[in-house]
Amino acid sequence: MQRIIGKMREKAKELLEAGTVDAVLGWKKGDFAYDPTPAFFYSTDELDMLAYDGFCGSNLSKYLVEYGKEKGKVLVFLKPCDTYSLNQLVSEHRVDRENVYVVGVGCDGMLDVQKLRDKGIAGIEEIEEAGEDLRIHTLYGLKTCPRDEALLKKCQSCKGKEHKLFDDRIGAEESRDIANEDRFAEVAELEKMSPEERFAFWRAALSSCIRCNACREACPVCSCHTCIFDNARSGVDAKANASEFEENLFHIIRAFHVAGRCSDCGECSRVCPQAIPLHLLNRKMIKDIQSFYGAFQAGDSADQCSPLLSYSPDDIEPDAFDRWKGVM
Amino acid sequence: MPMSTESQVQANAPAKAPTNAPANAPANTLINTPGNEEKDGKAFRPLIVSFCCNWCSYAGADLAGSSRLTYPADVKIIRVPCSCRINPLFILRAFQRGADGVIVNGCHPGDCHYSTGNFYTRRRMALLFSMLDFLGIEKERTRVEWVSAAEGARFASVMREFVEQIRRLGENKKLGDIRCKE
Ligand code: SF4
Ligand code: SF4
Repeated sequence: MQRIIGKMREKAKELLEAGTVDAVLGWKKGDFAYDPTPAFFYSTDELDMLAYDGFCGSNLSKYLVEYGKEKGKVLVFLKPCDTYSLNQLVSEHRVDRENVYVVGVGCDGMLDVQKLRDKGIAGIEEIEEAGEDLRIHTLYGLKTCPRDEALLKKCQSCKGKEHKLFDDRIGAEESRDIANEDRFAEVAELEKMSPEERFAFWRAALSSCIRCNACREACPVCSCHTCIFDNARSGVDAKANASEFEENLFHIIRAFHVAGRCSDCGECSRVCPQAIPLHLLNRKMIKDIQSFYGAFQAGDSADQCSPLLSYSPDDIEPDAFDRWKGVM
Repeated sequence: MPMSTESQVQANAPAKAPTNAPANAPANTLINTPGNEEKDGKAFRPLIVSFCCNWCSYAGADLAGSSRLTYPADVKIIRVPCSCRINPLFILRAFQRGADGVIVNGCHPGDCHYSTGNFYTRRRMALLFSMLDFLGIEKERTRVEWVSAAEGARFASVMREFVEQIRRLGENKKLGDIRCKE
């Protein structure tokens, strides 16, 4: 979506100049072609650093929690999937809708530089997004790669190109559709294993967790004032996991805290430096919620109620998920 | 769950004879099955944490006691104001500190002292226990039961049955914390 950056800068300039917004939240050019980072822009002359390309996978909605409260109105650029997170935050009164001017931007599917590296592409200097293909200018000459082969994991099962809330949109009609993978396929695979195999799978995955807390920091709904894991009195504030139990504890509790609120934006898995498939925990919760309590997508609208904040008198019993009762 | 009748409970027989035990074994006989080997000559005695809501299940436990019904002393009761007070952390904490099984008891759905508390419990525990199962922690280690203040006999039989189930499963090795071991 490099093609719409001009329009995005224009829009930002216009609103900053008119005083409609006090700041612009977007992505800023990084040191390399593949590492733009989230950034606030406060004046029009900073705007030539504003970037938007295939490496803008990060979800900006979380930054609004901190900003929106005191500092005034902010223009934010959101991809279609990011708008689910903002909706969720608005519904939880973490972000004041009045304080945000949402510009929905189109999306062609975001990229994972690691996938390019895995293909042996090194010395990347510039990446041109040319429709279905990427033209990669490297120190070793021009390389090409089909865009679909370099997609971020989270973009392989895209929720669609519709912005769930916006004040304005740029390039939304030009979004490129992506062949959708079944997002529950991996969860179903794991469910088929025996408990021992599943335990071994998760031990192997979680034992590499270094408790950098990046998953929590990047998660839009993990935005508690004081996280339970930062509370010395709770006894679970250890930075590094001190035992196997803590590795399990952190991830079970985090998955539970975001249950019914997680929009499956995939940020946790994207940011994990240890490549732990954290999205599987959240997708398991989503899959269960859907099969126990009916279709639900967090962030679909700002006035829906999370399934964990409601009930029905004839909900299934906790052990009915495979009715082991009476079998023993 | 096999529901035991009043008469069965008074006869002190297991609600339903475990398949690998003699049909007439008394409820507190220790049965040796795989995962439940004798250690240091002593049969495995599980530690069971039983959360009971103040208004129904705790009163039910009281009634079991005052009716002189027996259930294994392996069950440690923790009283909570309502089953929905139970934070998933409590359950994980119990496992961390050495529990082999955790059972959550509340009023029957529709009978909550606070009207709707246990409806929330039901959803939360359904998801939490399914999640634990997804992580490979045996789902038989966790359970939710609805026990009213009038069901002393049922409380005793549910506890006996749950203890028996955990005995057969053996020690909780997956969610324990090495630092909490003696
Ligand atoms: S981002 Fe990965 S390594 Fe860091 S705390 Fe989360 S799971 Fe652990
Ligand atoms: S882990 Fe739980 S307590 Fe911590 S920020 Fe996330 S939701 Fe809040």
